Amino acid sequence: MSPDGGYLREDESAHPASLAPAYASTVKRSPNHPLVRIPQTLTETTGPAACWDRLMGSALADLTTQHAGAPLGQRIIVSGRVLDENRRPVANTAMEIWQANAAGRYIHAKDNWNAPIDPNFTGAGRVVTDDQGRYRFLTIRPGAYPWGNHANAWRPAHIHLSLLGPAFATRLVTQFYFPDDPLIALDPIACAVPAAARDRLVARFDIATTEPNWALGYLFDVVLRGRDATPTES
Amino acid sequence: MADNQSPEKFGQTPSQTVGPFFHYALPWKGGADLVGQSGLGARTELFPADHDVLNVSPAHGPVAGETIEVRGQVFDGDGAPVPDALIEIWQANAAGRYASPDDPRTELPLDEAFIGFGRAATLDDGSYCFKTVRPGPVPGPGNTLQAPHIAVGVLGRGLVKRLVTRLYLADGEGLDADPILALVPRERRGTLIAETSGSANVYRFDIVLQGERETVFFDC
Repeated sequence: MSPDGGYLREDESAHPASLAPAYASTVKRSPNHPLVRIPQTLTETTGPAACWDRLMGSALADLTTQHAGAPLGQRIIVSGRVLDENRRPVANTAMEIWQANAAGRYIHAKDNWNAPIDPNFTGAGRVVTDDQGRYRFLTIRPGAYPWGNHANAWRPAHIHLSLLGPAFATRLVTQFYFPDDPLIALDPIACAVPAAARDRLVARFDIATTEPNWALGYLFDVVLRGRDATPTES
Repeated sequence: MADNQSPEKFGQTPSQTVGPFFHYALPWKGGADLVGQSGLGARTELFPADHDVLNVSPAHGPVAGETIEVRGQVFDGDGAPVPDALIEIWQANAAGRYASPDDPRTELPLDEAFIGFGRAATLDDGSYCFKTVRPGPVPGPGNTLQAPHIAVGVLGRGLVKRLVTRLYLADGEGLDADPILALVPRERRGTLIAETSGSANVYRFDIVLQGERETVFFDC
């Protein structure tokens, strides 16, 4: 008997299916066979919790001071909480962050969109949540960019987030978007998510965390899989 | 306050793809070399050196156990290599203990030098490689024992959510009695078995996302 019964399963009403035909790259990269359901063992209910600094080095919460000068673009403060679906904070977990610059260009050799590189902006960071699951980072608002998925396809402005949470089973990689962006409804990656859950990926503008004469505040909470309260044989 | 638009929408945050441009953010030097901390698995040629802002892990001492290498390629449904996938592993140390506060078996030793979590970005030919140690045995459901295995997560462009599989060592003890392998149709179990190739401690583990010889992926 496991003392805490493992984690609740991935919620099918929240997550996209692996095959999302409008996102063309999924067509040959999604399995044909259904997933094989297995019980959670110690392998799935453990994870490299609380040792991120030993794995990857220290936190980097200010993406605007990594180079000699200030990056171009609108400074924004992104903050929020990492919770589990039982509304408990996920403390001391690392959130990895990456994004395009204000012009929508990534500092990546294979991004060949004709928009300027900003030598003062890398667009990568990492924060660790506090004991209430809170996090905060400073960056610039990324731009939208075109991609080759279909005619006149544009990705809405977004920031990538990567979290592992307490266990291998709670791993999550996602992207969040900005409010009132008309590109979200046209984007096959955002629209791969069931409609009822799509707004969970849209950050909120927040005047309370906006800092006078400095930066706009956006709130984005992340909800990971929670412990199953029902004890099970395992 | 635990929602992003309205309280009634509280629930699991949906998964999204890592996209093709994760290399300057997610892999780190030593991420795929859990033993020697070489640059294995980090594709630093894909971004300028002065934008390498994150990829440092603190030095650690020698790792206990027998070093093994895992090598493989990731293929799509056309049999084409996948050059922009990210493979993650999670495993027990040589004694079978997970470096996690949720592993209650405190009678087994932790290894200060070994966490057991790794990451490797695939190369242009879809290949990846990990250097790690042979994992020890881990209990399964009830009174069962699991054969030595490594949990594997697959992320990448075109994967809107992570795919999860397992790598079992072909010469590991207890494969026939493994409670998880027993749940996999017999004719597909081979996709989870890493065979030695060439030298004894080098294992081959290809990951086929779709089609003939499609790797078994788990809902766990």
